Amino acid sequence: MKLYPRQRHRVLQVITKLIIPFVMLFALYVQFHGDFGPGGGFQAGVIFASAFILHGLIFGLQHTRSVLTPTMLRVSMAVGVLLYLLTGVVSMLRGAEFLNYDVLLHDPIHGQHLGIFAVELGVGITVYAVIVSLFYGFASKR
Amino acid sequence: METLTIMVLLAFLVVIAVGIIVLRDLLAGVVLLGLYSLVAAGAFVVMDAVDVAFTEAAVGAGISTILFLGALSFTKHEQKPRGHDSVTALFFVAVTGALLIYGTLDMPHYGSDLSPAQTHPELTQHFLHKSDSEIGIPNVVTSVLASYRGYDTLGETVVVFTAGVAVLSLLGLRRRRPEEEAPEDAPGDLPTVPDDEAEHK
Repeated sequence: MKLYPRQRHRVLQVITKLIIPFVMLFALYVQFHGDFGPGGGFQAGVIFASAFILHGLIFGLQHTRSVLTPTMLRVSMAVGVLLYLLTGVVSMLRGAEFLNYDVLLHDPIHGQHLGIFAVELGVGITVYAVIVSLFYGFASKR
Repeated sequence: METLTIMVLLAFLVVIAVGIIVLRDLLAGVVLLGLYSLVAAGAFVVMDAVDVAFTEAAVGAGISTILFLGALSFTKHEQKPRGHDSVTALFFVAVTGALLIYGTLDMPHYGSDLSPAQTHPELTQHFLHKSDSEIGIPNVVTSVLASYRGYDTLGETVVVFTAGVAVLSLLGLRRRRPEEEAPEDAPGDLPTVPDDEAEHK
């Protein structure tokens, strides 16, 4: 049987494969449960990025880059900020101030929920994309 | 009890900081920096600032450590012995430190009733009492962050975005890297052995 260099780290690889889904799930929990407990978009983005960084450390940057291409990262970075801005613009179009979520839905409370949800999602996407780009940038300069 | 816990944690911070300065081994320094953030996060938890603690643990102890390790893979693991005049350096560090400590003398004590949050209670009271009826979510930190101060958070997100753009333009991410110059390892990888050597295992 031919063993590739990376197959020497079998234990690490198997454990990593087991852990990564849970890291991502925890990030999503932190993202969408930030209204009720500690957490929010910023922390969730960092945790989500750490799943990809872990993958990159154990399986090599090449493999991670083929899963999550730099182009996707560049797009996600901008999408996060745009989602945030869009929420503000929509609330303006519906006749209130910029980023006043009261008017997003029929009921102010529901509007606030939707607004905070969208805004936190935007923060999370941007932070995750920037952190993974930082890692790519450092790791590919050798 | 709470004061004692904070005192112990802050003492740990000082010990770790001294350790970082004294140690010549950069790898140990990076690990200690991560530990520093973790202890700081512990102190924030004791002060009931769980959101801040969460961020400190995730960014300070997690991501920064990894980025430092990545930076460390460009250089040696041992700090160069210093040849220059350390007395002058000590003088400037002492003066700067004294100025910083002098600056903190004007700050209200921890939990003091003279802090701006206590002497101008209207805003604090509004956030704490009206958040539930106006925003309708239990975590006041999130409602202040995302709704009352939504414009602030937008600015922060743009700052993060700008940082990302700056890194992309400085370090660059080539879309497709030629196979022959592809790096074998990401920083932090364990050393690999060539293919033929691995075959014998």
